[in-house]
Amino acid sequence: MKVLVPVKRVIDYNVKARVKPDQTGVDLANVKMSMNPFCEIAVEEAVRLKEKGVATEVVIVSIGPIQAQETIRTALAMGGDRGILIQTDIDPEPLAVAKMLKAVAANEAADLVLMGKQAIDGDNNAVGQMLSALLGWPQATFASKIEIAGSKATVTREVDGGLQVLDVDLPAVITADLRLNEPRYASLPNIMKAKKKEIAIKTADDYGVDIAPRLKVIKVTEPAKRTAGIKVETAADLVSKLKEAGVL
Amino acid sequence: MAVLVVADSDNTHLRDNTNKTVTAALAISSDVDVLVLGQGADAVAAAAGKIDGVRKVILAEGPDLGHGIAEAEADVIVGLMGGYDAVLVPATSAGKNFAPRVAAALDVAPISEIIEVVDANTFVRPIYAGNALETVQSSDAKKVITVRPTAFKAAGEGGSASVEKISGGTAAKTHFVSEEMVKSDRPELTAAKIVVSGGRAMGSAEEFHRVIEPLADKLGAAVGASRAAVDAGYAPNDYQVGQTGKVVAPGLYIAIGISGAIQHLAGMKDSKVIVAINKDADAPIFQVADFGLVADYKAAVPELMDALTAAGL
Ligand SMILES: Cc1cc2nc3c(=O)[nH]c(=O)nc-3n(C[C@H](O)[C@H](O)[C@H](O)COP(=O)(O)OP(=O)(O)OC[C@H]3O[C@@H](n4cnc5c(N)ncnc54)[C@H](O)[C@@H]3O)c2cc1C
Ligand SMILES: Nc1ncnc2c1ncn2[C@@H]1O[C@H](COP(=O)(O)O)[C@@H](O)[C@H]1O
Repeated sequence: MKVLVPVKRVIDYNVKARVKPDQTGVDLANVKMSMNPFCEIAVEEAVRLKEKGVATEVVIVSIGPIQAQETIRTALAMGGDRGILIQTDIDPEPLAVAKMLKAVAANEAADLVLMGKQAIDGDNNAVGQMLSALLGWPQATFASKIEIAGSKATVTREVDGGLQVLDVDLPAVITADLRLNEPRYASLPNIMKAKKKEIAIKTADDYGVDIAPRLKVIKVTEPAKRTAGIKVETAADLVSKLKEAGVL
Repeated sequence: MAVLVVADSDNTHLRDNTNKTVTAALAISSDVDVLVLGQGADAVAAAAGKIDGVRKVILAEGPDLGHGIAEAEADVIVGLMGGYDAVLVPATSAGKNFAPRVAAALDVAPISEIIEVVDANTFVRPIYAGNALETVQSSDAKKVITVRPTAFKAAGEGGSASVEKISGGTAAKTHFVSEEMVKSDRPELTAAKIVVSGGRAMGSAEEFHRVIEPLADKLGAAVGASRAAVDAGYAPNDYQVGQTGKVVAPGLYIAIGISGAIQHLAGMKDSKVIVAINKDADAPIFQVADFGLVADYKAAVPELMDALTAAGL
């Protein structure tokens, strides 16, 4: 079974994004970039499937600037087999990403696409669902447990109110939630090995996909700041303050 | 320009996320219809008909719709979009699950979790865990939008729209197996007026129950948690407040033993009044708290319970 894992290079989750003074976007110059945490979870799950003998090959794909090769290398060091970078200097919208991933999934004849539920930059939570719709494959989003048996996957999903279990026929698209697993750190020997793994560099044109944005960003602004309030000394003080504020 | 709002319900109850999404829809158009997806959901459709400003309710029913299977849900919506210029969906786990499929089928860019309607084509949405707000303009002929309910007031209930029934779609390759819902008599997290949340400091599920729940019950509050508390199994996953969990904006949010990571703040910083109880005076949560109590929760929470009792609560 061939597993495709799309990974996005994003601002590191520990870094607080700063809006540019000219309101054109978020300042990413000299900011630490990393693999989107949900993509890391997807890579980990794919590698575990390979270790269990369920997956035969794990292909990593990223769409982004040339530096996204580093993100692919990280995934290869975790255990991915080879990578594909679709190089572009714009940050493509979910629709364009889904179209490119559709082409890659078809080209590679993948049996499963395992990906993050959300990229923590745009917070769209959209690509997996869109890819599933475009491919006509079933979807199981927000997965906290995946079991593959034969030609189906049984997926436990984190939903509002609790958990839902679905069976999806393969090929399918599954998106990872936080509790699916804890991603490993790549070992030094594996980092060295990953340097020799192949990364093919492509463009959107190679897949015949129009990536022109559909949405025009008018401006990017900072949200209203919340200012720190006061410290209270005792629980009783707190209760009287809350009564004054009219929230009790 | 007509707008379709997809209701948030559990087959029996209409949730007020629907009323809030109707408010967002009315900022785009005065022709707003509500679509109820479910099975045996007549009561939900009737309730949706009462929302002020709703022109008509469409009730689509089928087993896969009753189980929230995204493929079936999206099919129904796509089938109806010939009559609408936009579809607005509450940004719940269910809405986020099917809305992007509708956008893909219509070949349009989805617009996720708007918090403001500037005009019929222009919307504001948080990005980067709410550390930036993006104003986007869409030129797509049809718009597929998810709406962050906490950012909109709930539309009132004095209407009497009629209900039209259609039959729902099915999903051939996705099969419902089971679900396990957390049972609780407490108010729902995203709708509650008061939320009490516990963090990693609780140290165990028993401690979480012992400390957080009685306080919540005394206040008639919903219970929330940080990711760390959920990951460690102290609280169920659907309690998680934050960038990748639930977004809440109650009148009062009480964070106990929560440090205040960016991702947690993203889910609660629009609360009206924030209280933090944390033994570390430098915890980032104090930078957003209106009232901070630097204390060990083990002493502070019992004292708070007593103070509330003394205040007649
Ligand atoms: C992709 C991604 C998504 C995420 N999404 C979310 C999300 O949606 N929601 C979320 O919450 N987090 C999220 N996180 C995790 C987030 O970064 C933090 O790790 C998490 O919020 C920390 O939880 P915490 O505050 O309970 O734990 P900690 O950061 O460990 O804080 C515990 C706090 O308790 C205090 N404390 C300890 N003992 C006591 C005591 N006896 N009395 C009083 N105070 C005490 C400590 O001083 C400390 O401040 C996400 C992270 C990633 C990478
Ligand atoms: N530029 C990209 N390159 C590769 N994968 C991506 C890209 N953008 C999004 N994805 C995938 O889609 C998931 C959801 O992203 P989003 O819908 O943008 O929040 C991510 O976790 C990735 O797996």
